This record gives sequence, C-alpha cells and structure tokens, in this order.
Amino acid sequence: MLDCTPKEPVPSDAHTIGKINPVKTCQPVGAMYAALGIHGCLPHSHGSQGCCSYHRMALSRHFHEPAMASTSSFTEGASVFGGAANLKTAIKNVFAIYHPDIIAIHTTCLSETIGDDLPTIIKQAEIPEGRYVIHANTPSYHGSHITGFSNMCRGIVSYLAESDGNPKKERANIFPGFVNPGDMREVRRIVTEMGVPSIMYPDTTNVMDSPLLNKYEMYPGGGAKIEDIKDSGNSKMTLSLGAWSSDEAAATLQDKCNVPGVPLKIPIGVKATDDLVMAVKEGFGVEVPESLEIERGQVIDTLIDTHFQYEGKKVAVFGDPDIVIPLTEFLITMGMIPKYVITGTPGNKFEKIINQMLEEAGIEGSKVRAEGDLFELHQWIKEESVDLLIGNTHGKYIARAEDIPLVRVGFPIFDRAVQPLMPITGYRGCLRLIEMISNTLLERRDRDCKDEDYELIL
Amino acid sequence: MARQVAIYGKGGIGKSTTTQNTVAALAEAGKHVMVVGCDPKADSTRLLLHGLCQRTVLDTLREEGDDIDLEEILKPGFGGTRCVESGGPEPGVGCAGRGIITSINLLESLGAYTDDLDYVFYDVLGDVVCGGFAMPIREGKAQEIYIVASGEMMALYAANNISKGIQKYALTGTVRLGGIICNSRNVDNEIPLLKAFAEELGSQLIYFVPRDNLVQRAEINKKTVVDFDPGSNQAKEYRNLAEAMDNNKMFVIPKPMTQDRLEELMMEHGFIGV
Repeated sequence: MLDCTPKEPVPSDAHTIGKINPVKTCQPVGAMYAALGIHGCLPHSHGSQGCCSYHRMALSRHFHEPAMASTSSFTEGASVFGGAANLKTAIKNVFAIYHPDIIAIHTTCLSETIGDDLPTIIKQAEIPEGRYVIHANTPSYHGSHITGFSNMCRGIVSYLAESDGNPKKERANIFPGFVNPGDMREVRRIVTEMGVPSIMYPDTTNVMDSPLLNKYEMYPGGGAKIEDIKDSGNSKMTLSLGAWSSDEAAATLQDKCNVPGVPLKIPIGVKATDDLVMAVKEGFGVEVPESLEIERGQVIDTLIDTHFQYEGKKVAVFGDPDIVIPLTEFLITMGMIPKYVITGTPGNKFEKIINQMLEEAGIEGSKVRAEGDLFELHQWIKEESVDLLIGNTHGKYIARAEDIPLVRVGFPIFDRAVQPLMPITGYRGCLRLIEMISNTLLERRDRDCKDEDYELIL
Repeated sequence: MARQVAIYGKGGIGKSTTTQNTVAALAEAGKHVMVVGCDPKADSTRLLLHGLCQRTVLDTLREEGDDIDLEEILKPGFGGTRCVESGGPEPGVGCAGRGIITSINLLESLGAYTDDLDYVFYDVLGDVVCGGFAMPIREGKAQEIYIVASGEMMALYAANNISKGIQKYALTGTVRLGGIICNSRNVDNEIPLLKAFAEELGSQLIYFVPRDNLVQRAEINKKTVVDFDPGSNQAKEYRNLAEAMDNNKMFVIPKPMTQDRLEELMMEHGFIGV
C-alpha cells in the first residue's frame, strides 16, 4: 500500500509542479454540481463525451444519486472546426427531448483550448421562449472543482439575477458553497429559525439527496427556482459562505444588483456558526431564538463531556479550502492539534488563514499547504505521524499504509453512504463531528489497548 | 522511401511560391512529388493546380466523415505532381493545428504515401504557432526542413524561432535542418547576412533566389515560373534550387541564437555601407 512513497523529501530537481494524488478534481465537476442546484436544470458539458461521463460519475459516486447532464459530444471535426455547430444542435435537441427549464453549459479543457466563444454561440442558438441557457468557463488545467463551482455560481448570478430598483426586501440570499445537500438544508434551517426569509442557490437539497418516489422524475422537486434566483437581486444581503466557492458570485451580485455580500466561512464548528448567526442577527435586527441557544449549549456541554477523548491528539486535515478552514478552526476549539493541513485548490490565502489560526492558538510545528497533494502529506506523516486523518476517501490509502484512523469529511466520499444527507454544519453539525472524531479515536483505543486497560466506561 | 521535406518561414515570405516552383522544377526533372499544404487558407497548391484546390481534406472530413476516397482529395497538378490541401477552420474559430494533425493522419491511413514517391513536401503556415503545426516534423514524418527567409529582421527572427522548434524535435527524432533558402527582398547586404545567419545556426544558405517580377506575373496566371515561362532566367534559378536540394548532404541540428545575438548579427552585416 503506497509502498513507493519515500520518507525522505524528493530532491528539488526531481520536484515538478505536477501532483501525485491531488486533493482536487476537475473544474466541471463543481460546475455540474452547482448547476444541479437549479430546479429543472440540465447541466451541459461542452466537450467530448468522456469528460461528461467522468464528471457525472464523480458526483453519482459521492451522492448515490443520478447526476443528469448532456454533452456536445465533440468528435475530431468539432475539435478542428470548433464546437459551435455541436452546441447549437445540442441546445435545440435538449430542449426538444428533455424539456429542461434551463441549460447550464460548462466548458472542458478541449473546448477552452480551441477557444470556443460561448456567449456568441449561445446568442446564435435557438432557445424556446421562457427557457434559459447560461454558461461558465471551466478549464480544468486551472484551479479545481471548487473554482468550477465558483465559476458556475458567478454565471448563474450574471445571467439571471436582476434588480427591479425598488427598496430591498427583508430577505437573505444564501450562497452555501460546495457542501452536501444535508449541509445546505441545515444552513437554511438556521436562517429560517431566526425568522429571516431566504433564497438559497445553488440548492441541491431534494436533487442530490432526493427521495425514492413511485415515479421517476428527471428533474427532482428540489433546487433553486429560476424566479427566486432572478429575485435575489432584490434581497437585502447575501450570506456568502466560503471564500473560494461563493465570494466571486457574491461580488458579482453586489456589482450587478447592489446587494451587499457578507463574506463568511462555511459554518462548520462553533465559531463559524456563531459568525453566521451574528451576521443574520445584525443584518436583519432579529434576536437569536432560544432554540439555537439550546443547540449551541448542547455543543458546549458535549465538548466538556468528551474533550479528554481527543484533546491533544494530532490530526492531519485535507480537502477543499472552504471546508478545511472552518474545520481546522473547530479542531482547535476541540483542543486537537492540526499537525498537517492541506488543500489541493490554489490560493495563498489558505496558508495565511490557517497559519494565523494556529499562531493564535499557540500551536507550533504544523505544516500547511495550499495546492498540495496527498503524496506530500504522506511523506510528512512518515516523518512524524499523527493520531487521526480527516478528509475525503482518497485518504484511505494513507490510512491503511500508516495504520491511522480516517474520519471521512468533504468531497468526494466514494466508500461510505448516507453522509450527503447528514450535516457537518451548524451546531448540529458540531455534534456530528465530535461524535465521528470521538468514536473513531475510541474504537482505535479499544482495538489497541491491553486487556487491563479495556474499559467498559469511557 | 520518399524524402520528406517541410518548408517553414515567416508569413508572406514566399514559402508557397518557392515550394511550388521548386516542386515544378523537380517534377520537370522526372521526380515523383506530393505536396501537402498545411495552411488553413489552402493556397499552397494553387500554382501547381492552376487554381485553388476545391476540396480540402478537412472539408471532405466535415461533410462526409472519415470514409473518404483518396481521389477526392489528392489532385494531379503540373508535371504529374500530387497535390493535397489539409484546409482548416475559418479564421477565429476551432483549432487549425489539430486540423493539420487530423489531416496528415488521414492521408496516412488512406495510403497517400506510396512507395513510388521521390519527395513529399509540406508547406506549413507561418510560424510554428503550436504543436499541430509541428506535426510534419514530429513522429518521423519530414526528415529535412528548409526555412525560407530574407534579409529582413522579422524573417530572421521567425527563422530563428523555427530553429528552436526543429532543435526540440531533433533531439528525439530524425528531423534535421537542410538549410536556409533566401527569397530575396533586395535588402542591403542580403547574401552575407543570410550566409552569416545560416552559419551561426550551424547550417548553410542553400540557395539565394533573386527577386523577379516574373514570379508575380506567373502567380496572376495561376502558374509557377517553370510552367509559365520555362525559358526564363528565374525558371533556371528555381531549377538550380531544386538541384541544390536534390544534392544536399548537409543536415544538422540547428543551434538557435538568443535575441541579442540575432540583433548583433544584423548590426554586423545588415547595415554595412549604410
């Protein structure tokens, strides 16, 4: 298992910008996921068929739901002459055969490299009355699936959101970031609990966690309604969760419709959830309901009850920046030591933010890397091991090779089910994280301890 | 086994004119030659065919798929030459480089490279703008490259750039630089400058084609000079060039120079006597 990872650092002249086991995937995976968060939307992949299949499969394997999408099906001819003819035909056929309300096109490496001009092609296409076609540029050789998600979110705003010029409505827009539908539902519940109406998009609840019904629906009941997305230009503010996934879209909405965006972390952990609650409280002049105070109090109570199970344990965290940042913050809250923190998505801010958190907590000797890979993480672990890994499924090989327990958090998780429905956000999410981390460490303890230390009560 | 020759050079330098006149001279001397135009404008065989090629490989591919007969795209030209144009997308869309790759692969699979050919000439657009335009010099196709240049700065700059491309592919393959062909622009001290330039690259000035308005007149008549006015002095020049190429033994991996060195060379030779 991963026998070829050397303990010693690879010589600098052998080191390239290439990644080994990257902590990221293609831009279109994120763009497709964002597009599925619009009700009645069929994502469309402008490129060869294999791209589309891969991206659909990546989503289906994580969410255990079909991820519908169409493709421009590039051939050799389309590569040479450009994909305009394919795309125009695709738009016509897709509306005629699959009847979506909206087609959200994302590009691929091939169509980006040959330089297809999507806005012009879309203008020339036949679009039935009352239907929409939007697009995002998503070359995979730049950024990650988070970049693609962000690009599509920005595309949704710039094509659809409108301001009618009237005074803004007492309503929040929620840009939830690249999280599971369970998390989106939880974030919205918190805002609703505070008595503030909201429009959330992308909203993959009831799309990527839709129930099994008697009748197959190509477009499940969930997803943000196009009317609501349009009306989001009239909301009072935007809660922009996750700098990498949501800030670009929020900034676009601010410029276009004068809706101020409040940049927040994805509410993972007590602090980040507090920040969200306070932003809503201050933004709308509402009180924090007792129900949320109780939830928060339960988290604090649980932390006190269980802290000895994980306090001081060293942990390696890897995944998408918008999840890893608040997660690291919560691990510090829990008294754990984030020894290694890695994201595959580029962005220097990541290292700055994490390092500042560590410094404020007085934690020394940690390693932090943006645009890193699991190969490097594995080398660090070989040099100095940790007690726990937290991240996506790709970490399971390191977990086995080094015999370290893995708590699965983030995207993609291919080898465990149910998790897309279960939030890690909000105060409820804190409890779930504590439960997962705590139980995993206790399981390990029970497995490894001597008979005389094998306790009934822990 | 045919000698496969690729002609590169700055846009507008006269690659197509020089290639076709040389090919016409070779054909006149009894050689079997195929010309593959690798330019989306599809005008590399106009003088040999006495008019623009009506069906390019990629046009045909687009309209009929890859189930094509060779006769549809391979047209007979002056002196029994075989002419084919890859064609490509209209300006501003698609990927012309990929077009070259597609069309050369298609020519191969259709069996255009027959054993009786003495020469295959690739006439490639302008600079080596991307990997696609380097197709003729990779994967063991063209073994010899000639660069058409003149005494003008930008022509030499382009020639030097092309040499970088050749050097890159030469390290792993069999492609070599056969020489620089000067298509004269009547620049001061053109011959010494071109000689010095070619030698600095480690190559040779294989021939100096003087400027003659006869070339323009022949072009208007959609003919090569060899075809239009076989008795003229310019026709003889092209015959000499064809002979020089036919007898050429000097094939090298070029040593491209830095921009500074190139400019220095211009100063040394280009402006003497001004």
